Amino acid sequence: MSAVLEVSGLTVDIPVPSGDLHAVRGIDFSVDKGETLCIVGESGCGKSLTSLSIMGLLPKRAKVSADRMHFVGTDLLGMKERELAAIRGNRMAMIFQEPMTSLNPAYTIGNQLMEPLIRHKNASDKEARDRAIYLLERVGITAAASRLSQYPHQLSGGLRQRVMIAMALMCDPELIIADEPTTALDVTIQAQILHLLAELRKEFNSALILITHDLGVVARVADKVAVMYAGKIVEAGTVDEIFNQPLHPYTQGLINCIPVPGKTARGSRLGSIPGIVPTLIGDIKGCSFRNRCAFAHGECDTKDPFHTLSPGRGYRCTLDVPACEANAKELVSA
Amino acid sequence: MLVYTLKRLFLALLVAMTVSAITFSLTYLAGDPAISMAGETASDADIEYIEKLYGFDRPIVVQYFEWALNAFRGDFGESYYFRIPVADLLLERLPVSMTLGVSAISFAILLSIPLGVLAAMRPNSLLDRLALGISVVGQAMPSFWFALVLIVMFAVWYPIFPTTGSETWVHFVLPTIVLGYYATPAIMRLTRTGMLEVLGSDYIRTARAKGLPQHVILFKHALRNAVIPVVSLAAVQFGFMLGGSIVIESIFALHGAGYLAWESIGRNDLPVVQAVVLVFSLFYIVLTFLSDLLNAWLDPRIRVG
Repeated sequence: MSAVLEVSGLTVDIPVPSGDLHAVRGIDFSVDKGETLCIVGESGCGKSLTSLSIMGLLPKRAKVSADRMHFVGTDLLGMKERELAAIRGNRMAMIFQEPMTSLNPAYTIGNQLMEPLIRHKNASDKEARDRAIYLLERVGITAAASRLSQYPHQLSGGLRQRVMIAMALMCDPELIIADEPTTALDVTIQAQILHLLAELRKEFNSALILITHDLGVVARVADKVAVMYAGKIVEAGTVDEIFNQPLHPYTQGLINCIPVPGKTARGSRLGSIPGIVPTLIGDIKGCSFRNRCAFAHGECDTKDPFHTLSPGRGYRCTLDVPACEANAKELVSA
Repeated sequence: MLVYTLKRLFLALLVAMTVSAITFSLTYLAGDPAISMAGETASDADIEYIEKLYGFDRPIVVQYFEWALNAFRGDFGESYYFRIPVADLLLERLPVSMTLGVSAISFAILLSIPLGVLAAMRPNSLLDRLALGISVVGQAMPSFWFALVLIVMFAVWYPIFPTTGSETWVHFVLPTIVLGYYATPAIMRLTRTGMLEVLGSDYIRTARAKGLPQHVILFKHALRNAVIPVVSLAAVQFGFMLGGSIVIESIFALHGAGYLAWESIGRNDLPVVQAVVLVFSLFYIVLTFLSDLLNAWLDPRIRVG
């Protein structure tokens, strides 16, 4: 397996009136061909900014830096806007959270679908049209050929998101980034879209980075998981490792929040994590989760070590593995 | 689209009929026309004679329909002052107004839309400030003063352009700049605001994520959506410019229809006033109708239900 995307030491700073907002504070991850990486975290933890920084879509005032940001062997960081534009929508594509507003109201679905192929592969109108029809059928849209002449406002949110997925697949990209692709959709549609994404990922054998706050989504589609909190990755591992042996108290808390039918008693309170995310303006000394952590102790005020257990598996905590496992048991019984 | 067009057309016709009725009523709003025609020293018999001669003694509805039907056929009656058909007067004056109006709105659009787009591309940059400066000056400066400044600079100090007359296109350069500049601030500001809003929208992010080049993003994806409100504004501005600023027509001695209306009001020459008001109102109605059609073409949400 070769890495499609390798990122290390990625930071994103956004200047705000009261200083620099360190939205992403040095994160490492990689995703291989045919693999699905889920980046999980609550609103404002920096997961969307991470995906936008990979695509080079952040506003100019945001400062992005990294030790390494390699896409199939080439360095994305040193690239000019023009070179990046040649990769975007071509070898690397993105699906956004808001299907209702992500399509241009003034142009037909067909026009917008065909654009990337014409732009990047010099395709003829006929070729682009055929590919668009093929992909619309693949994403489960009926009467695909007649949809090409429809406008976004004539389609439902679920259909529009399918169009966005088809659009991302037009040039057969090596990497697809999906930023909360199901958040704006009905629950029934959510499941369909997720299923579709997983299936297409397999069929096209591309790498998929799925940004989500929903652990239910993670359990269903992920190969690897990175849990983000306050701009840092607090735990990483395979999906089995994360769900079977959550080590970071935040991961444990998130898993605890999922109600399990049959197990969670009717009428009992659902799990929650008390407190709020600390401000990301300025530096945070020690562990950024300590003010919400039931197991915080003196050391957490100054130290914030990341333990790598094996390649791709690690967690960020002052405690060792047995202590973390004991914490997990305590949280569940609480 | 056909249903939409027919609906708009029907509305336009209704407005046109209303406007024509109001225009006709001008005859009576300005006092008894027979008395004002006969003059202050006229006897009752004279007034009665004039009432009969011009048909003022008939029911007002009959008078209206006769007037409207004649106007529809291009017969606006005879000017009280010039004693020639109003239609001939209009045919003589309208080309001047049309030339000035068309060139002024073209000047305004060609200046303000690129400026608005550039300003929106780099908000708060030097260029944006410059564009803002141009628009503030345009809004604040009285056009008669600007016209005089241009005359002093380009007709007196550097005699490039003539000061008066309407014989060749050269005569229209200075009035076009003055009148066009007057409309620039509003169009530019609206373009800038529209572009700023559109450039921040999700579908522009999608266009960028597709790796499209900057000019395609700007002109295909952004501008089309941003100019939709501009179209309606420009149509109204164009109507205003067809009427011509009377001030500008007088300064440059352009004998357009606006100037004619102003003269005719002073002379109590009602048939001419009515004709000019009616013709310009119809222009407005046609322009609004066309801008509605243009907007429907630009925005499929209007066109396709």
